[in-house]
Amino acid sequence: MTATDVAREAPSARGVGARMLRKEDARLLTGEARFVDDLSIPGALWLGMVRCPYAHARIGNVDASAALAIPGVRHVFTGADLRDGWAAAMPCAWPVTEDMKAADHWPVAVDKACYVGDIVAVVVADSRYAAVDGVDAVAVDYDPLEAVVDLEDAAADRVVIHDGLGTNKSYTWALVPDPDAVERAFADAAHVISERYLQQRLIPMAIEPRGVAAVPGVYGGDLTVYSATQIPHILKIMIAATCGVPESKVRVIAPSVGGGFGSKLNVYAEELIAVALARRLGAPTRWTESRSENAVATIQGRGQIQDIELAADADGKVTAVRVKLLADMGAYMQLVTPGIPLLGAFLYGGVYDIPAYSFECTGVFTTKTPTDAYRGAGRPEATYAIERAMEALAQKVGVDSAEIRRRNYIPADRFPYDASSGLTFDSGNYEPTLDRALELVEHDARRAEQQRRRDAGDSKHLGIGISTYVEMCGLAPSRVLASLNYAAGGWESATVRVLPTGTVQVVSGTTPHGQGHETCWSQIVADKLGIDPDGVEVLHSDTAVSPLGMDTYGSRSLPVGGVAVGMATDQVLDKARRIAAHQLECAEDDLELVDGELRVKGTPTKAMTLQAVAFEAFSAHNLPDGMEPNLVGEVTYDPPNFVFPFGTHVAVVEVDEETGGVELVDYAAVDDCGVQVNPMIVEGQLHGGIVQGAAQALWEEAMYDDDGLLRNPTLTDYGVPSAAEVPSIRLDHTVTPSPTNPLGVKGIGEAGTIVSTPTVVNAIVDALAPLGITDVAMPATPERVWSLIREAREGQA
Amino acid sequence: MTTVTTEREGAAAVNITLSVNGEERSTDVEPRRLLVHHLRDDLGLTGTNVGCDTSSCGSCTVLMDGESVKSCTVLAVQADGHEITTIEGLAATARPANGDPAAMHPMQQAFHEQHGLQCGFCTPGMVMAAVSLLAENPHPTEAEVRLGLEGNLCRCTGYHNIVRSVLAAAGELPASEEVPA
Repeated sequence: MTATDVAREAPSARGVGARMLRKEDARLLTGEARFVDDLSIPGALWLGMVRCPYAHARIGNVDASAALAIPGVRHVFTGADLRDGWAAAMPCAWPVTEDMKAADHWPVAVDKACYVGDIVAVVVADSRYAAVDGVDAVAVDYDPLEAVVDLEDAAADRVVIHDGLGTNKSYTWALVPDPDAVERAFADAAHVISERYLQQRLIPMAIEPRGVAAVPGVYGGDLTVYSATQIPHILKIMIAATCGVPESKVRVIAPSVGGGFGSKLNVYAEELIAVALARRLGAPTRWTESRSENAVATIQGRGQIQDIELAADADGKVTAVRVKLLADMGAYMQLVTPGIPLLGAFLYGGVYDIPAYSFECTGVFTTKTPTDAYRGAGRPEATYAIERAMEALAQKVGVDSAEIRRRNYIPADRFPYDASSGLTFDSGNYEPTLDRALELVEHDARRAEQQRRRDAGDSKHLGIGISTYVEMCGLAPSRVLASLNYAAGGWESATVRVLPTGTVQVVSGTTPHGQGHETCWSQIVADKLGIDPDGVEVLHSDTAVSPLGMDTYGSRSLPVGGVAVGMATDQVLDKARRIAAHQLECAEDDLELVDGELRVKGTPTKAMTLQAVAFEAFSAHNLPDGMEPNLVGEVTYDPPNFVFPFGTHVAVVEVDEETGGVELVDYAAVDDCGVQVNPMIVEGQLHGGIVQGAAQALWEEAMYDDDGLLRNPTLTDYGVPSAAEVPSIRLDHTVTPSPTNPLGVKGIGEAGTIVSTPTVVNAIVDALAPLGITDVAMPATPERVWSLIREAREGQA
Repeated sequence: MTTVTTEREGAAAVNITLSVNGEERSTDVEPRRLLVHHLRDDLGLTGTNVGCDTSSCGSCTVLMDGESVKSCTVLAVQADGHEITTIEGLAATARPANGDPAAMHPMQQAFHEQHGLQCGFCTPGMVMAAVSLLAENPHPTEAEVRLGLEGNLCRCTGYHNIVRSVLAAAGELPASEEVPA
């Protein structure tokens, strides 16, 4: 049975549970780390992308003569030039329904471009600067077509983007386990809530833009690709499939990668173009994205219209949830574009015990940058809708935000809990996180202060927002992925080897880009073997070193990849025991592991260090009959279920009636991700995630105009927050281990982002409740909030 | 002193001499070449990163004559005759001769101890900006640190631990907020 442990255990100095400082830091702090653009590649040709400046246009003549006249510009290729070289169109690995419609997506557009940023020609040059000069000099004739920007307009098929499909509607996917139960619940409801929320498009803005370099072996046929990617393993397969290179010839390396947040979980046109041209020209090619390119050429996140209805009894106990989504795919399907809403599809009931469930999503094409996974991917949207709708319900029932949640939480004694959406939540205990989070922000004192300001007619309104979340992560059980029509599995691999000198080598199929896997995997191994984590090396992110992997996304690395590392270490320990028992002439059960030594119980002088056992395994002079040499464990772990981290966040905001400005004045988060391998890293993930989610609530939006042009494609006008805009964050946690994996861990990479958006918006709405304001569109910019207040005041007058 | 020497890529190259991390480096550059590209592509100092094209992100922050500048906003020719310190040279500025070559600058050490970095891409610029901030204001408040780092963006940390790193380097971290051992 799972238990929630609020007390702190004293962790061993550097094992599981320790705040071990990161092994990754020194190279990153000193400039020694190598990101893609840092690589020195002799003879590399620089690529520049000519991008369509219109949202939707037929491509006419491409005049490269002026570009080719520039010193250093070697070639210009159009979509037509490259079209016959592709073995397949760009991949979408998640055709969510059998009848999903999608147009072929070529790395360089042929005939027609369908969003601002779509590549129409490629310049090849001797230098970084010459490539940019060349791009500026290519003259393309365009015949602009009508843009399709609004989702409902797209669904109405006024302008069909992909002629061959006959519609902009790609698919409709539904999850309605018991339609009659939903109908009955709404028919019998004392209260019905019906809300529409808009999830604006977001630009991921990892601080390192994308980059790729392709180095061909002209005679041997080998191809090495360096890419700023989260998924070298998946990219390798897709390069083989789209460029027609045998997989045996392709090696993909993700060197240091400067953040991803899902935006580098993709197979991009530029990666395939670099490969195709390296092979065609017999020379290395490279490309580094500029930030302005990044805004239009890298996938965007969110982009949904959400209609959510709740049925509830007179006490505010929710009896059914019914959701309809319209989801913006953008112009084409990227790697997992259509599946993003499905990752939230099961979670519109949130943390509540809701017996009847109905979800339906329609994916539509628009003439905008494709959407795909962005931190949380589907789950922030779901959490936003249910946590905002619960506020609306609280108001209708006449109870406060905490009370409506307490009445509806899944009780702690119901885990593992079979949700009406069809998932089984592994473990949970929600109410203690609410209690603690309220305590951290001194909720009662804040409420008193809020009332004092209201009574005094203070123009600075205080608001308190609460959200409790659960999310499904640790992607993913392969059979569940199969049921969702995803093309691949969700396992992860790990190899643990003890080398002859006693150094432990871990090879992981995960691909860290800031998460600290080298540190955490070392802690897991060191803890099990009783050794110093500094004696563990972790290899990853290179398909020649780590040939099997499913990479890093969906908060999967620890609950799938870290668990695999732990299991492989168990195999090593098992074999070490057999060798030691053989050599010490005792039974395996008589051995105990103490300080990295296998000792005969009661006779501590009879012992072998792990190092000695490793050398015996290596020399193989005296092993048990039939035992293979070397001390190696190898595991591919397919998780039996997702893991379900949860928690409660509370935001305190001050809304200035004079300016409409919203200041985040306090933020407390109490999260439960089961056993924490390294609490310092858990906290770091939460800090960053919380600010990223708050940024959706307050500042960030990819602003497209009616012509489908992105109005804010730079960091001067897209609102990534700086240190000056955010407060310090108060964190605490509970520990409810996951019963589904041997480490008891759950993922924590996305949780902060998933819950902080509704938490902040709930706080703004709470601040403005006395004015009769019940909702505010995101991002809640000063202009929007000021106008809302103005309208409310005029309505009151 | 600048002299026109060769023609390259259609523009007259200019010879410049910079003192970079204590070493004189003399190179021919195009007049339009950005200091950050000169450091990275000509001098091989790739620790200084490029995260945007509008002088917004601060990843390219270096010290010019001891003050932080965004090296994407300085032409290489403007740096002619000036002293540049990049992340690669930072540790040496705080190290006695014969010191441990692997010893980091106190600011780098503080970022390590306070978990002030995750992916590490903004980190060199953030560290250089923080060094410059403390040079101007050795004992800042939290609010002053936040305002002082406004020109450097980080997408991973939410700034919480970056701010703590800078306060720790300044000796201003409240004892109650120090990480328990």
